[in-house]
Amino acid sequence: MVRRVVLIGNHAVAEAVKMARVQVVAAYPITPQTIIVERIAEMVERGELNAKYIRVESEHSALAAVYGAAMGGARAFTATSSHGLLYMYEMLWWAAYSKAPIVMAVVTRTIGPPWNIHSDHHDILSVRDSGWIIAMAENVQEAFDLTLQAFRIGEDKRVLQPVMVGLDAFVLSHTAEPLELPEQSDVDAWLPPREPLPFVMEPGKPFAVGNVGPNEFTMELRWCVWRAMERAKRVIKEVDEEYRKIAGRSYGGLVERYRLEDAKYVVVAWGAWCGDMKEAVDILRSEGYPIGLLRIRFARPFPREELIEAASGAKAMLVMDRAVSMGMEGIFSMEVKSVVGGRVPVKNVVAGLGGVDVSYDEFVEIFRKFIDEYESGKYIDWTLPEWYMPWRGGSR
Amino acid sequence: MDRAEPLLREYLILSRGGQGGVTASRILATAAVLEGKYAQAIPQFGAERRGAIVRSYLRISDEPIKRHSRVKQPVGVSVFSARILELMDLNSIAPTAKRVLVNSSKPVHLGDREVFYVDATSIALELNLVIAGWPVVNTAMAAAMAKVFEIASLDSILEAMKNFFHGKLLEANLEAARRAWDRVRKA
Amino acid sequence: MNGKFWKYVPQNLELEAEEDLRNFLRYLLAHPTPGSAGATGTWRTLKPVIHVDKCVKCGMCWLYCPENVITWRPGEYPSIDYTYCKGCGVCSSVCPRGAIEMVVEGE
Ligand code: SF4
Ligand code: SF4
Repeated sequence: MVRRVVLIGNHAVAEAVKMARVQVVAAYPITPQTIIVERIAEMVERGELNAKYIRVESEHSALAAVYGAAMGGARAFTATSSHGLLYMYEMLWWAAYSKAPIVMAVVTRTIGPPWNIHSDHHDILSVRDSGWIIAMAENVQEAFDLTLQAFRIGEDKRVLQPVMVGLDAFVLSHTAEPLELPEQSDVDAWLPPREPLPFVMEPGKPFAVGNVGPNEFTMELRWCVWRAMERAKRVIKEVDEEYRKIAGRSYGGLVERYRLEDAKYVVVAWGAWCGDMKEAVDILRSEGYPIGLLRIRFARPFPREELIEAASGAKAMLVMDRAVSMGMEGIFSMEVKSVVGGRVPVKNVVAGLGGVDVSYDEFVEIFRKFIDEYESGKYIDWTLPEWYMPWRGGSR
Repeated sequence: MDRAEPLLREYLILSRGGQGGVTASRILATAAVLEGKYAQAIPQFGAERRGAIVRSYLRISDEPIKRHSRVKQPVGVSVFSARILELMDLNSIAPTAKRVLVNSSKPVHLGDREVFYVDATSIALELNLVIAGWPVVNTAMAAAMAKVFEIASLDSILEAMKNFFHGKLLEANLEAARRAWDRVRKA
Repeated sequence: MNGKFWKYVPQNLELEAEEDLRNFLRYLLAHPTPGSAGATGTWRTLKPVIHVDKCVKCGMCWLYCPENVITWRPGEYPSIDYTYCKGCGVCSSVCPRGAIEMVVEGE
């Protein structure tokens, strides 16, 4: 029996943390994440969640604390956003290359200046090389589902890596939507307590983590994490399929394929704005355009094989980016091009930075322009990314 | 072009920070979901200030709602304080809204729009729903909205409110909702 | 299995994960043991000597010794294991009483 409730994204994440029976939480507040850990603090206070809640003076310390907890064998959770995530940067690497299976919610928010608390994906995508598994939700239900799945994925012995679960600032974090909650008993059976591992730290048996050693040690450790990430692709799919048993729902693993069957034009994107893109795809499909959306759920490990498969039947691809590497192009665009390399022309549109709203009717226009350019042979110009800034008027 | 229009309805709520516009939108979303519909309650994105005009949004649909962009074409507007209408021109912020609900003690006329009014402030004062000098009109307005925009039944609204209030406060708010449901009138 | 050039396509997830875990334990974790770098006593040029007449049994030297070769318990005088003491002089620097003298090895 599932329970239907209406919750904002941040409360949905807190609910998943509670149902996962997390044991240690440490976090430092930052808008728009704060409500997650506020709600968790209430749960701990009221005795609904039997966890140790550690107050810290910064995000760097928050991650250090849950890193220690995870090394001690506890199920640990933290959450952050934007500047907070950047402040954690050093600790991200320590946690990932120590194989500490932490789960962290990242409410994606742009990075200043100027000060701005709205969503884009610069924060979460700027840490993509740190060894974390990185996922992003499309709606409140998925923010909940991914948080629960993240514990199973990260703690799986074949993986043992920390996992980030992203959700867009305000658009998901503060928006209330209907949400189905699985039974606690089903979650308990599906996600049992963490298994002790051979390197769990215990009092009286001290050891040092990451001591100096020959340079080859570093490369060997990178190789370990590299291999864990490759295995994670299989584990992510497996966990997503098994999740159906308790929740009646799964998404397709590393990606969700939306109307991709026989699609000649493939749009690639991730995050909450994919909902509007799906409506745009529906509208264009009803006009006869063979278009579909490949929604990335996991940026790390990157869905290499899924993209190659989608490209093989396509005429052209469009990557919608909400984060850009200055002097290069959109971040997903670089990644998609490096994977599908030469198979199909790829166009990149950068939009929605700093929380700028892009709605389904605008996506219809953007997608139609992409198809027209391909069909009229203008894709030669696609080397340069295009910035979508409708308030300026006209086009150059 | 909007294929989903018959199924999906979007609303704009104009309130002042402290009046409970966001809570009203969440109560309505919860009530609609209790009736098997789909809903989204969206706060104004960004910082809220007590007393400042806050916009929140509500989507109600018979099918799962995919979009998460801002509401641009509301079919209805709910105004939590009639004085907001002195500062905001509905023709520019909600030209598509045919029906408007206003918290007002007397009828209000807004061109050719269909206007409904309810004295939610008096209801809040009658029931002593006052926080730091502000009559909190969210539950009265939520019930009036549910009726005027045909979002949910009074029973569903009362049921939904149990997720937001408890004890004596719940009792007072349930009564506020009942009174608003009965007293809302066409201008 | 041995070679210079490596690519990884997962085959047996469990087995390969175990292999990684073994490597992980070997490359990431270090268990503190005296002499983890061999008989470090041979590195010494100067040798710390504790003058018990000045020592107040505070344990600072024990706490700071980077090679973990000083034995001490509250209420006791410290003693140094010269097989592994590398002669770094940290104990001598931190001793609040100047009770540890660094003397030339062999004198
Ligand atoms: S000199 Fe002192 S601090 Fe250094 S290794 Fe020897 S006992 Fe330890
Ligand atoms: S630091 Fe000096 S005084 Fe303290 S125990 Fe060691 S030798 Fe004695």
